[in-house]
Amino acid sequence: MVGRGPRRTPRSAPVRHRVCDLGPVVRLARVCRLHVVTGKGGTGKTTVAAALALALAHRGRRTLLVEVEGRQGIAELFRTEQLPYEERKIAVARGGGEVYALAIDAERALLDYLQMFYKLGGAGRALKRIGAVDFATTIAPGLRDVLLTGKACEAVRRRDGQRPVYDAVVMDAPPTGRIARFLGVNEEVAGLARVGPVHNQAQAVMRVLKSHETAVHMVTLLEEMPVQETVDGVAELRAAGLPVGALVVNMVRPARVGPEQLAAAARTPAELAGALSHAGLGGAERAEQLVGPLLALGGENAQRVALEGEQRAELAATGLPRYELPLLGDGVELAGLYRLAAELQSRLSEAEAAGGHGAAFGARRTPGEEGPDE
Amino acid sequence: MSSLGSEVLAPDAELDVDALLDDPATRIVVCCGSGGVGKTTTAAALGLRAAERGRRTVVLTIDPARRLAQSMGLDELDNTPRLVPGTGGDGELHAMMLDMKRTFDEIVEAHAEPERARAILENPFYQSLSAGFAGTQEYMAMEKLGQLRSRDEWDLIIVDTPPSRSALDFLDAPGRLGSFLDGRLIKLLMAPARVGGRAGMKFVNLGMAGLSMFTGALSKLLGAGLLRDVQTFVAAMDTMFGGFRTRADATYRLLQAPGTAFLVVAAPERDALREAAYFVERLDADRMPLAGLVVNRVHGSEAGGLSAERALDAAENLENGGIVDRARGNGQHSATSAPEQVSPHATAAREDGTTEGAQTDPEEAHASPAGTRPAQDRLDTRSHPAEHASATGNSALHNGSSHDTASLGGPSPGTPEGTASLAAGLLRLHADQMHLLDRERRTLDGFLTLHPEVAVASVPALPGDVHDLAGLRSIGEHLAERAERADDGHGGTDAGLGVRE
Repeated sequence: MVGRGPRRTPRSAPVRHRVCDLGPVVRLARVCRLHVVTGKGGTGKTTVAAALALALAHRGRRTLLVEVEGRQGIAELFRTEQLPYEERKIAVARGGGEVYALAIDAERALLDYLQMFYKLGGAGRALKRIGAVDFATTIAPGLRDVLLTGKACEAVRRRDGQRPVYDAVVMDAPPTGRIARFLGVNEEVAGLARVGPVHNQAQAVMRVLKSHETAVHMVTLLEEMPVQETVDGVAELRAAGLPVGALVVNMVRPARVGPEQLAAAARTPAELAGALSHAGLGGAERAEQLVGPLLALGGENAQRVALEGEQRAELAATGLPRYELPLLGDGVELAGLYRLAAELQSRLSEAEAAGGHGAAFGARRTPGEEGPDE
Repeated sequence: MSSLGSEVLAPDAELDVDALLDDPATRIVVCCGSGGVGKTTTAAALGLRAAERGRRTVVLTIDPARRLAQSMGLDELDNTPRLVPGTGGDGELHAMMLDMKRTFDEIVEAHAEPERARAILENPFYQSLSAGFAGTQEYMAMEKLGQLRSRDEWDLIIVDTPPSRSALDFLDAPGRLGSFLDGRLIKLLMAPARVGGRAGMKFVNLGMAGLSMFTGALSKLLGAGLLRDVQTFVAAMDTMFGGFRTRADATYRLLQAPGTAFLVVAAPERDALREAAYFVERLDADRMPLAGLVVNRVHGSEAGGLSAERALDAAENLENGGIVDRARGNGQHSATSAPEQVSPHATAAREDGTTEGAQTDPEEAHASPAGTRPAQDRLDTRSHPAEHASATGNSALHNGSSHDTASLGGPSPGTPEGTASLAAGLLRLHADQMHLLDRERRTLDGFLTLHPEVAVASVPALPGDVHDLAGLRSIGEHLAERAERADDGHGGTDAGLGVRE
């Protein structure tokens, strides 16, 4: 797939990083979307974020997958070497689209920022020596998060001529417990630094995050704690005026047996043993030995399916669109990732047919939220 | 049939949880690990077990789910240890949840005279810092731990660690905050007060121009207001810095001291175990005492002798006319081709899968993602007759939806057709379980190959969450169970970790 125009042909050099340049671009970027993917630890949010980036890159589109927590989860998932602080093509999607990846590093983002706006590049080392960089990126309330969200917003808005450089930016964000604070940090910082560039930067980032360019998706499992955390997280995001997108239910296991069947079989174990024996699992005696463990397994499964039903109802009560992704029997290897991407992509296509690109994963708007341009 | 796992998991690598909890010398147990692995539940279950075995125990949780508080009979947890009602035995269980801001406020109030304390508490910069930005939670968890320990009121303190972006943050954050509060930047920020003093210049080594450029830039960047807030805050905190630093160092040393034991908690999944491995290495580097690894949610099977492949074959037989041909048994060929001893079959398939994935996946995905097939399909192709491969691969392992099972909407229960369809469903379920179990074993084996010295305790996967003390108690029993089994020299099969026969 060649770029869709001379200005979008493949770049030979990596793009240099700029923290949100908050100028006139704000008004132009309506096509790009920032997909923020969060979820309780262990629910597979990195995997879902990557699958979404692949899915959104279908038909020759170009997406950027960003990581903000410095854990190199993307590199791990794609089985590549550690990601540097530069945008790098990491995968080709079905149909020729491209997925770029970037591990945002708060310290580098800060130094770039200082260089860009204050020509303080040379002072960076001195700042580092006295601990100012450490302070800004790890201790100062929220500055780190401002830099991280700011960088992602910059990528969303970056343009090459008339077109956005990326059709979508997908962020593998901090977990549910911290997401509202992470995204809302700009508001807090804007309040702390009441004037000056940090204030302006924080406010401009907040405008993007609260606009319909952005959607926060929550990944969950059909288990009590993750679902509870998801429901709480949705409420928290809504209260903060942040746009919630879709719920992605990950690792859904197939229901194999119904409770009525199990109950009936438990009453007539001999028949079940007979069926197992006829299926080629040995003589009557051996088949009988299998009946107990299999029924126990079936019972656990039925119990889990019933619990999952309750959890689905909890999720449905949020009124958000819900997408289910299957548990992969062999873990998420690369091939599995592409399968998940295909699942998501078929959702996107359905939604596209029904109402425009990306609608399935767009945020539901509530009236009164600020748009990006005022 | 011995497998890699059983060899690596020698009996001396069993974690003896009861011995750890019972030892009067054990005063602090720190549970660490990545998010979502059941750290908090493990901490609570250990606390309950210790209490019921006679120790006066307090569990310090960081961010517990509401349900966990409820499971301990408490409506909510706060910054003060509360007695958990309904525990048995001679000991006591207390539980508390870290309130960062409250803890920070208390430090300020305890170490500054009232007027200065008020100035600090009202400072906007302080308010943001204390309300939980990067590092504060970890630092305050350490602070609280130090407080609890110094009061010497408890036999045993069990600490859950914050849901950090990385498990290692817990160890790093206190030092970071400590060195900040103690560091050159602070002094520099205070420099305007004594500008021209030689101290400031000595620190920066930039000379006057550099110094003013620095504060000027900060002021420009942050806005004069924030810089002033920071400076006021720093000035007000000045007298306390030494104290912060000293306490952070003391708590860090406490963690290295005898009497502290770290338990790394993980799930048998790649990411969680990778994080666990980092932690194990880091603890070692920092000379912190690792007691062992707790692996939660381990799957097992009571019918481990029946391989996934055979179960799937049989399920197909049942689904493809097994009923019509019942008497003669469409399934007979499988019975003869796959004899009783099935473990070699399963082991071979597993090894194949591992090599295959490692060798080809990365390139394939880069070169031609569209052509990539799920690794499991290839695996099946080799361990099955060709005509079975795609069917088993697709229906058993790669179900796109949760409802596409024939057995659910199938024939009515009780009829021969119903029984056959149920049997097929159960066999597929069993195959799912065996695949999962194999994957967990591989992942865990990978960890143990790198860290054979780490003692392990495991807790089986439970269908639902813990809702009450009974649930926590049963987790505690599982945690302690493996050590007992080690005494008679057998690894358990049901936890999926030991010898498979």
